[in-house]
Amino acid sequence: MKNIFALVGKEMRLYFASPVAYIVAAVFLLVSDYLFYAQIVYFSDLSTQMMQFQQNLPQLNIHLVVFRPAFMNMGIILLLLVPLLTMRLIAEEKKGRTLEFLLTSPLTIMEIVLSKFLAAFGLYLLLLVLTLHVPLILSTLTTVPMKPLLTSYLGLALMGGVFVSFGLFASAVTENQIVAAVLSFGLLIGLWLISPGSEGAASTPMGVVLSFLSLVSHLDNLLKGLLDTRDLSYFLSMMLLGFFLSHRVVESSRWK
Amino acid sequence: MVHVHELGKRYGDRVAVNNITFTVEKGEILAFLGPNGAGKTTTMRMITGFIPPTQGTVTVAGFDLFENPMEIKRRLGYLPENPPLYRDLTVSEYLKFAGKIKGISGDRLKAGFNMAIEKCRLGDVAGRLIANLSRGYQQRVGLAQALIHDPEVLILDEPTVGLDPKQIIEIRELIHNLRGDHTVILSTHILPEATAVCQKVVIINKGAIVAVDSPERLSSQFRQSERISFTIRNRESFDPQKVIALSGVTQLTGDPAHEGTYIVETELGRDVRSDLARVITENGWDLLELKSLTVSLEEVFLHLTTEEQGVVSTPAGVS
Repeated sequence: MKNIFALVGKEMRLYFASPVAYIVAAVFLLVSDYLFYAQIVYFSDLSTQMMQFQQNLPQLNIHLVVFRPAFMNMGIILLLLVPLLTMRLIAEEKKGRTLEFLLTSPLTIMEIVLSKFLAAFGLYLLLLVLTLHVPLILSTLTTVPMKPLLTSYLGLALMGGVFVSFGLFASAVTENQIVAAVLSFGLLIGLWLISPGSEGAASTPMGVVLSFLSLVSHLDNLLKGLLDTRDLSYFLSMMLLGFFLSHRVVESSRWK
Repeated sequence: MVHVHELGKRYGDRVAVNNITFTVEKGEILAFLGPNGAGKTTTMRMITGFIPPTQGTVTVAGFDLFENPMEIKRRLGYLPENPPLYRDLTVSEYLKFAGKIKGISGDRLKAGFNMAIEKCRLGDVAGRLIANLSRGYQQRVGLAQALIHDPEVLILDEPTVGLDPKQIIEIRELIHNLRGDHTVILSTHILPEATAVCQKVVIINKGAIVAVDSPERLSSQFRQSERISFTIRNRESFDPQKVIALSGVTQLTGDPAHEGTYIVETELGRDVRSDLARVITENGWDLLELKSLTVSLEEVFLHLTTEEQGVVSTPAGVS
């Protein structure tokens, strides 16, 4: 446990020693705030229209009009930014020959890989926390439904865990950070695009498999406010898969 | 302290290290000597547990590398060829991190940190970023990292590479002072380094050991006679017969390069220096210099690592 503290501390120190973390955070905040802004403008347009019609319609749901689409778009931004956070994790250690230093210290590979994951995931959660100002400000103007907001953040956090663990794996297979970043873009975009294709195809055996693998549909359930163990187990098992592969790759790098 | 038994490493068909066996006792300093690509680094990496060997066993402080790698790693300080540094950390941040992952904390960490800083003379740069340090300082930070947890065994892969002559002397002194408390294995292709700090030399070539011994014994093994050189000022009255008449002397030759300098060869194990000095002073030849010549490790090394067989016959170096 002490080892993990030391390792995570070092990772965090390195993140903030280089400008990467700051730049990623700044870009992310700018873009995500714009996404919220665009949805809020749309929301107010819709509200005005509805007032003009003066119809007895149910009130617009701010979660479904603002948060759900904004979070979904934020997922794409995160998909592009997370590889930039994870690309250095192991590739840099390989290139700088410091992996040899870690592997000849009394540390297990589990500790090394887990603390890399925790550091990058911690930074990712920090990015998410930075977006909390939007619901906070909106809650002063209107009632923001809490429960779907919580499940949305849970969904984004879990999705981030999957992104980080896949990025970690990409970083483990190479000592070139650019290669690691491009590889994790590929993996994450692939994961994002997987879907049965059409409604009709969803009932075919292949469609069932694809819809289970589809990250977007699992994420969307949580963004809608639906808490389902199938979605949770999907994210957790994807995270474990990426983590397990990273562990294997680091382990086997000693044998080459 | 460190027992290496029939250690070998193959990469496909290529044999990097072949059947290496040697032992280092507690407190000893052992030098791995060999040309580039001889398998020094591979062997050291196997001892540290970084690369798994394809055959053989390594025992450090009674622990087997396969059964108890963690116990070995706790007792080992390792400086790879390129010091493993995080360039974006300061020296003290880095050393504290190194101490923590080597398993020390609290007072032991503080003590180890101060000791490493002091021994490697890093006090002036402790707060600076490693990226901004010169190569020599970076090397010292690497060494400090290996020392910080006061390990029983130190493995140093070419510890003086990239340093200026003054730093080389400092580092050698530092390593020399580790003798007794620490067991040290260092690799080098610079021969004076091995003679300067080590009690035992392992000469390795093409992945196999070609000689194991102390530097002195290795040199003497390759000499067939003791050789003494002397220089006199009063050449006119010099009488070679009087020197040859000394007991044990087998041959006397003049050094063509230096007038007044002669080389005496004697039977192995005889020391005629005092007799020789007496003869020279008694005859009033004015002795300027008298010294014994030994085969330098350099020649032993060349002899062992090049294909040619036979005895070293080049003019002997001076030790």
